[in-house]
Amino acid sequence: MTYVIKPRAYHPNLPKNELGLTRRDYEGAVSTLCAGCGHDSISAGIIQACFELNLPAHRIAKLSGIGCSSKTPTYFLGKSHGFNSVHGRMPSVLTGANMANRDLVYIGVSGDGDSASIGLGQFAHIMRRGVNMTYIVENNGVYGLTKGQFSATADTGSKSKKGVENFDASIDLAAMAIQLGASFVARSFSGDKEQLVPLLKAAIKHQGAAFIDILSPCVTFNNHKGSTKSYDYIREHNATVVKADFIPHKEEITTRYDAGSVQEVTLHDGSYIRLKKLDDNFDTSNRAAALQYIQEHQEKGEIVTGLLHLNPESTDLHQNLSTCDKPLNELHEEELCPGEEVLALINKSMR
Amino acid sequence: MKPTDTTSPNYYHKVVDCQWACPAHTPVPEYIRLIAAGRYTDAYMINWKSNVFPGILGRVCDRPCEPACRRGRVEKEPVAICRLKRVAADYKTDIVDRLPAIPAEKNGKRVALIGAGPASLTVARDLAPLGYELVVIDKETAGGGMMRTQIPSFRLPESVLDEEISYILNMGVEARFGVTVESMKTLVDDTSFDAIFVGTGAPRGRDLNIPGRHEADRHINIGIEWLESVSFGHTESIEERVVVLGGGNTAMDCCRTARRLGGKDVKVVVRSPFADMKASPWEKEDAIREDIPIIDNHVPKEFIHDNGKLTAILFEKVEAHYDEKGRRSLIPTGEPLVKIDCDRVLIAVGQENAFPWVEKDIGIDFDEYNMPIVDTTTFQSTLPKVFFGGDAAFGPKNIITAVAHGHEAALSIDLFCQAQDVNQRPAQNIHLSSQKMGIHDWSYDSQISEDLRFAVPHVEKQKALENASLEVELGFDEQLAFQEAQRCLNCDVQTVFSEPKCIECDACVDICPTDCINFFHLDEDKALRTQLRVPAKDDTQDVLLSDTLPTGKVMAKDEDVCLHCGLCAERCPTGAWDMQKFVIDLPVAGERG
Ligand SMILES: Cc1ncc(C[n+]2csc(CCOP(=O)(O)OP(=O)(O)O)c2C)c(N)n1
Ligand code: SF4
Ligand SMILES: [Mg+2]
Repeated sequence: MTYVIKPRAYHPNLPKNELGLTRRDYEGAVSTLCAGCGHDSISAGIIQACFELNLPAHRIAKLSGIGCSSKTPTYFLGKSHGFNSVHGRMPSVLTGANMANRDLVYIGVSGDGDSASIGLGQFAHIMRRGVNMTYIVENNGVYGLTKGQFSATADTGSKSKKGVENFDASIDLAAMAIQLGASFVARSFSGDKEQLVPLLKAAIKHQGAAFIDILSPCVTFNNHKGSTKSYDYIREHNATVVKADFIPHKEEITTRYDAGSVQEVTLHDGSYIRLKKLDDNFDTSNRAAALQYIQEHQEKGEIVTGLLHLNPESTDLHQNLSTCDKPLNELHEEELCPGEEVLALINKSMR
Repeated sequence: MKPTDTTSPNYYHKVVDCQWACPAHTPVPEYIRLIAAGRYTDAYMINWKSNVFPGILGRVCDRPCEPACRRGRVEKEPVAICRLKRVAADYKTDIVDRLPAIPAEKNGKRVALIGAGPASLTVARDLAPLGYELVVIDKETAGGGMMRTQIPSFRLPESVLDEEISYILNMGVEARFGVTVESMKTLVDDTSFDAIFVGTGAPRGRDLNIPGRHEADRHINIGIEWLESVSFGHTESIEERVVVLGGGNTAMDCCRTARRLGGKDVKVVVRSPFADMKASPWEKEDAIREDIPIIDNHVPKEFIHDNGKLTAILFEKVEAHYDEKGRRSLIPTGEPLVKIDCDRVLIAVGQENAFPWVEKDIGIDFDEYNMPIVDTTTFQSTLPKVFFGGDAAFGPKNIITAVAHGHEAALSIDLFCQAQDVNQRPAQNIHLSSQKMGIHDWSYDSQISEDLRFAVPHVEKQKALENASLEVELGFDEQLAFQEAQRCLNCDVQTVFSEPKCIECDACVDICPTDCINFFHLDEDKALRTQLRVPAKDDTQDVLLSDTLPTGKVMAKDEDVCLHCGLCAERCPTGAWDMQKFVIDLPVAGERG
């Protein structure tokens, strides 16, 4: 808990984006999380990604559930819309908001407790519905806010701070998301912004359900020896498979890569994601293969990070429901109640 | 690349920009914190120890610290350091019982101090507590030197001057005021003096007393004084038509500076033939290349003016004749006087000899400009028992520099009198101590004030103009002083990094308000400064580089715009960052190397 107000002064040479804003303009209140909490690095990553994407803060909505992770939206994008919902219920609130106003950029922030325990059902349905959003799980393997009980993502055999072993099987939310039809699935680590920020940018730009499982050490309750979610353990067992970078369409391709190792996937708006494979046998568009790959590495004790699955032909909930282009919350009475004549026409068509 | 060696006394000292820039290295943030705490007397004594004249300097210092102040790099204006110093002087209680004790029994060594300006008084202040017998000699009837003679009392009240000088004179110093020293030889030969310190101030430029000089005074400057005022920023422009009189290097400096300050038609006029001019040949070439004609064999005869407004100078043309011994005389050619139109004259016809009383054959060597040859560290002249300091040593600077010279000279004089090697200077010692008081609790106010610089209140203009000795500035009141003091960034509370404790969680990177901290894989082929998130462009500001960390990355922190807010240390889970107060002990007279 920091009581000092972060000074407004910033580096005189701090870069500005196309909107004339600095990274600092995307910050929120000073974090009240424990010093060194991985969640804070993720907040910084989100700030950096939105800054680099030139997003106007007032066109972003950040939604969360309950937990240390779910508190973090207060600490970034201070000028965006926010909704701190109930435990495990962020997905339904986000779905509703997205239905009402399809024009905002949606960022859902959750924890492993919030999504893999109480909210597991909600998590499953928002993925299979393909809601256009970036769903982030800040995964520390514990319920941080309630003092470090094992969560459902804790690995079997992982030890608690007091030395108690976890015997339950663990839930891999990234694998579940792939299985449930999410069209962009990645895993990353709060301690590696070089990997995280490009993934966040690509996920935000992706049209459809994007999910990122971000390993995020809880320094207070799960950063000891015996934990499989500590800074040291993640660094030692990290196996990056595909590096992704978001390229705005304006930017020319200047770098040349060896054939086969680099692939470019065009997004809906003409920008593209550049994938740099570190394992030639991996295919991000093949869901079954991705799942197998993750599984195999997990058995070897490795944590696969990077872009795991991307379906460039994805659709989202609005497309599936054929809603109108205009956000529903902007429809006025004339459009919603078009009058007797139109009603008569509709009735006639049904006869 | 090698990690930064923070054990060298200069590393953290440089981070305290104000203290580093102060010639006397006054610990500025320390006394500003004391002012904020209302401990004015303590703040005064810290100043008194470093700069001897806090009340005086708090009004008239050249303040090299303020342009250096970090605050000026992250916000518009620096902290009003100088005026805060005055606050300490204004609100202190009686300090007499805090002054060093003067031994009743003397150490048997006697030192003559010539001139009673800031340099000599500093020497006296440093030596008196060690038991030296000190004799200060000055031609004026009161001490202070140029502080008394050249600063108007509406800027520096006499009472302040008297008070701070008396602290020193009351240390049992013998003052011989109203006495002009006529011969250095007599003093040197006087075996009752073990050492002599010369603090007689700067030599003055020679004037040219020809008709019109007095009347057109507003448009005529002594070249060296004019250059000085340019270098202090007091003069920033000049008229278009300028005549520089004289043929030495000062004349060359004057004409070329005049060209830079707006002079379009700048001429040098010299009495002697071009070949005989004192200026170095390359200096002359440089001037000519800048479209400055050098008119030789012209002797100035009269300044022509229109009711005090200078319009031209009259010259007599001469020819140089040399006798069989090569001695030159300038013989008028008899041609009509030459009139050269101009709006401003800079007289650079040489300097008054500042040391006519120093015999040339007693072992004190002088350079071509008639300045003594003085060691820049020890302030010793070529005659071991004679030391110089202040403007008398290296030409005009400022009061605080004279004080700094005084400290060093006192140290040397003590070493010399105790038969030690003056070059064996005691080392500077540094101390770092953690300011952590508890979780998120620091001994200093780490919260950064967002206030802009506060202006010092002045007396009403009408009142001020009616009374020439009424001090114009009123000084900060206690409330304003507190608010201004809070603007200080506490740069002496250093961000100290310890590699073994770092878990590379990035918390410090994310919280740092000014993007100073970087963790990255160092590219040895590229300059470190270019690899930072915000490249470090100011080479005068250091970058703190760590050893390689477990992930293979390094930590690099740009000291340039660090606010010393302590947020990195506050957000660090392991204490790898700590806020530690830096204190440097600068050696003083009486210490040994
Ligand atoms: C309905 C409900 N049940 C239980 C809780 C208690 N509770 C608060 S936070 C939390 C777990 C949070 O874990 P996670 O989502 O992993 O967040 P973390 O703190 O680890 O970031 C629980 C069970 C609650 N607030 N509401
Ligand atoms: S308890 Fe754990 S998850 Fe919560 S703020 Fe502290 S370190 Fe972060
Ligand atoms: Mg958790």
